[in-house]
Amino acid sequence: MLSPRHALDFERPIVELEQKIAELRAVGEAQLGQELQQLEWKAKRLQQEVFAQLTPWQKVQLSRHPLRPFSLDYINRLVPDFFELHGDRAFRDDPAVLGGLGRWQGGQAVLLLGHQKGRGTQENLRRNFGMPRPEGYRKGRRLLEMAARLRLPVVSFIDTPGAYPGLDAEERGQAEAIAKNLEVMAGLPVPIVAVVIGEGGSGGALALGVADRILMLEYAVYSVISPEGCAAILWKDPDKAETAAQQMRMTADDLLALGVVDEVLREPPGGAHRDPDAMAQTIGAAVRRHLDELSGLFRTSVESLLSMRYAKYRALGRFSG
Amino acid sequence: MVWWDRKNKATERPASAPKRSVPEGLFQKCTACQAVLDTSRVVEALRCCPACGAHFAMPTEERIQLVLDPGSFQEEDAALEPVDALGFRDTRGYGERLRLAQEAVGVSDAFRSGLGTIAGQPAMVGFFVFEFMGGSMGSVVGEKVTRLFERAEERRLPAVIFSASGGARMQEGILSLMQMAKTTAALARLRRAGLPYVSVLLHPTTGGVAASFAMLGDVILAEPGALIGFAGPRVIEQTIRQKLPEGFQRSEFLLEHGMIDAIVPRAELRQRLAQVLGLLCGGVP
Ligand SMILES: [Zn+2]
Repeated sequence: MLSPRHALDFERPIVELEQKIAELRAVGEAQLGQELQQLEWKAKRLQQEVFAQLTPWQKVQLSRHPLRPFSLDYINRLVPDFFELHGDRAFRDDPAVLGGLGRWQGGQAVLLLGHQKGRGTQENLRRNFGMPRPEGYRKGRRLLEMAARLRLPVVSFIDTPGAYPGLDAEERGQAEAIAKNLEVMAGLPVPIVAVVIGEGGSGGALALGVADRILMLEYAVYSVISPEGCAAILWKDPDKAETAAQQMRMTADDLLALGVVDEVLREPPGGAHRDPDAMAQTIGAAVRRHLDELSGLFRTSVESLLSMRYAKYRALGRFSG
Repeated sequence: MVWWDRKNKATERPASAPKRSVPEGLFQKCTACQAVLDTSRVVEALRCCPACGAHFAMPTEERIQLVLDPGSFQEEDAALEPVDALGFRDTRGYGERLRLAQEAVGVSDAFRSGLGTIAGQPAMVGFFVFEFMGGSMGSVVGEKVTRLFERAEERRLPAVIFSASGGARMQEGILSLMQMAKTTAALARLRRAGLPYVSVLLHPTTGGVAASFAMLGDVILAEPGALIGFAGPRVIEQTIRQKLPEGFQRSEFLLEHGMIDAIVPRAELRQRLAQVLGLLCGGVP
């Protein structure tokens, strides 16, 4: 059960009902059977109603939910033999970017990449809230190039507020590090599947996210700038973030409609954090299906795979004339 | 990703100058050395301060005349028009913003490109129009940059892009972000085809343009004093809660940190470009 401490505003009425149910259960349910059943029905209905009409801003909040599963939560469930690899071989290891090898659901060996947020203050500081520095992207690049040499398909998890906008990151070439990854991923001669699991924050997300197939969880978001940043610049008012979230069309269904995302993965009732196991199962099956398809093409013709990837990005954009 | 805030232009941009040509008898103050300057002299000096050499903003049309051989520019894709794909509205509708920018600047969007020659050397050349919505990259800019790289590959020509941009255009949302991947994918193909690309960084080059093709030149040149980086100075100061050191993210800082190849004063730009293009195209046949 979700603790009220971690509940978002719109989750609170649901959580309060659930708490009441739990309390009733604790006192002994014999004579309360009927009431319990009614309450459970009510809680379920309420959750359905709330989640059926989530606003874009509520989805932004869900994508950043403190209990939302992170890359490692899925990798631990889907890749039993995960072997983490560290470092860019030049400067240092960046804990905000995760990389390693493992067999996807015990089957095909793949390279796993992802942004990694931390849970709790200490872990979050270590992971820098999932905001990579250049060495994180360069670790990613090193591993991508290795994967290409060894014919290992790539599965990448996207979950970052953005690339770290700090002095040291700029000094070491944040822009170049991101740019280089875009180039490497565009031409990487192995299949790439990216899954946007939480926040897709701008270029810092894209730098691990150029792929043959882009999957996106139902309540994940992906945008050119954070709604807060957009509001501060265009409205000159950070409190307009909710409006900006609406205007930017940053939800999974929006991105599917715009042709950016290939498939939206539905989340368990109440969101991925309510049932990480079920969410992992959905991701596991979908990624495996796409990997199988892409591996078929890869075996037949690497050039076709790369042409298909190029055509996918080539088609993005709307203009006239 | 566009960090540019018009309110703070004066503080973030020491080298600012009037945007359009100015009649005789007008004066301006150099924002770098404080000298009072006759504006017609500034224009003659390629929009640089005759006293201290500070580089002010140069309108795109003047830039084209500066670097290309006279009459050699054959512009392509000028008819591409932006559309309001998201129905985006902030304090104004995006459609209206576009129309105002088009009327003010006289171009359809923030990038002009085509075939041109530099001291006789043909190249596919592109120029960001910073005057147009801060040179921000949306679908039209992304498409034009992509076509520039594709044509360079088809025609076996080098590519040269002059960047001046606040980054991806927010009003086209995720489509703008995807232009980073699209343009860079085209550049990756150009590179595999063994053709050179020179990136010239003007003031300012930040955000999604810096974090894609602008920082990927085989050779990267920059004008003196240009602001170049991923995040804007204001965002960084908010993040680290301290003032940035003098000269941070300027061309000279990037050269020192190994991010660019050379700083080229505007007066030498044409000649240095011709030289480096000749060398890059001079491999054993
Ligand atoms: Zn001066």
